[in-house]
Amino acid sequence: MEPVSLIAVTVIGHDRPGIIADATAGLAGLGLNLEDSTMTLLRGHFAMMLICSGDRSPDEVRDALAPLTADGRLQVVAAAVPGEDPADVLGRRPYVLTVHGGDRPGIVSAVTRVLAAAGGNVTDLTTRLTGDLYVAVAEVDLPADADADAVGASLRDAGAELGVGVTLRPQETDVL
Amino acid sequence: MSVADWTEADLGVPGRVLTVVRAPAAGLSSPSPLVDPSAPEVVQLAADLVATMRVSPGCVGLAANQVGVAAHVFAVDVSQHPKTRTSHGTFVLCNAEVVEATRKEKGREGCMSVPDLTGDVKRATRLTVRGRLPGSGEELVVETDAFEARALQHEIDHCAGYLFLDRVAGAHAVFPRQTYL
Repeated sequence: MEPVSLIAVTVIGHDRPGIIADATAGLAGLGLNLEDSTMTLLRGHFAMMLICSGDRSPDEVRDALAPLTADGRLQVVAAAVPGEDPADVLGRRPYVLTVHGGDRPGIVSAVTRVLAAAGGNVTDLTTRLTGDLYVAVAEVDLPADADADAVGASLRDAGAELGVGVTLRPQETDVL
Repeated sequence: MSVADWTEADLGVPGRVLTVVRAPAAGLSSPSPLVDPSAPEVVQLAADLVATMRVSPGCVGLAANQVGVAAHVFAVDVSQHPKTRTSHGTFVLCNAEVVEATRKEKGREGCMSVPDLTGDVKRATRLTVRGRLPGSGEELVVETDAFEARALQHEIDHCAGYLFLDRVAGAHAVFPRQTYL
């Protein structure tokens, strides 16, 4: 059996009904399997990223999705990516981080720099700007031996310098 | 007395409608100091909170720092809300704290001070709160559930300097408030 390769595909640009239908039809036509995907609207722009698997080359994917880009309003990128081992969740603890305050440049970089220094890994991030209010909510894995209270205090200090509120709390997971 | 028997007429002063401040106003992210419930300015503030809550469509609770006053006081009235089970009508509490909170459930919350966003927040659906009435200063224990429990936790959070944004369940738990007309 041929080795199965992974291809990362991003589609971004002007939103309209049918983009996902068109893009996934192109991938299905190549016999590719969707392994993981996320899609949202960013300031009204369609934005989708996905990983698909199958014995196809990125060039074949680009050719199959070429009709999407024909009117110049959507951009498609396809690239081969290596397989990744599942994240080592043992030895890590999930937290939720909220940052909110007046909009200014550098909020996310300042706060995530503190997280990185503590060995924290952001696993999901959403930011929103409404009027003057900037909000970032991140899901963060901290090493099990990290002092979460100390990390939270460092984050609040970094936030205070920027005039934004920062809270870090354990993510509650209900196992049923 | 029971908090359910209380009405804003007990305050003896007419309430004024105040302007509700919006995030990122700094006062929303700072803990509010405890108050003397019988101080005249606290009694007036209580009346103002009720009056402002009443004229704000859909408003089920309002904390003092939402009208720009740093004071551990809030008003609540969930009696007209469809998600309400137990309701104690309109009441104002000073220096309120959570005594017991159990049976957490996730629910979608909004806030007059964050008008463009909503978020999913886990809150206790069985709640016991202790606080003091404005005016008499009488200490009361309020036991409630469901939506009134959620509203009380939301308002007590305001008094501690927290918005619902500080409690949302994850990165995909904040939403633009949709208005379909």
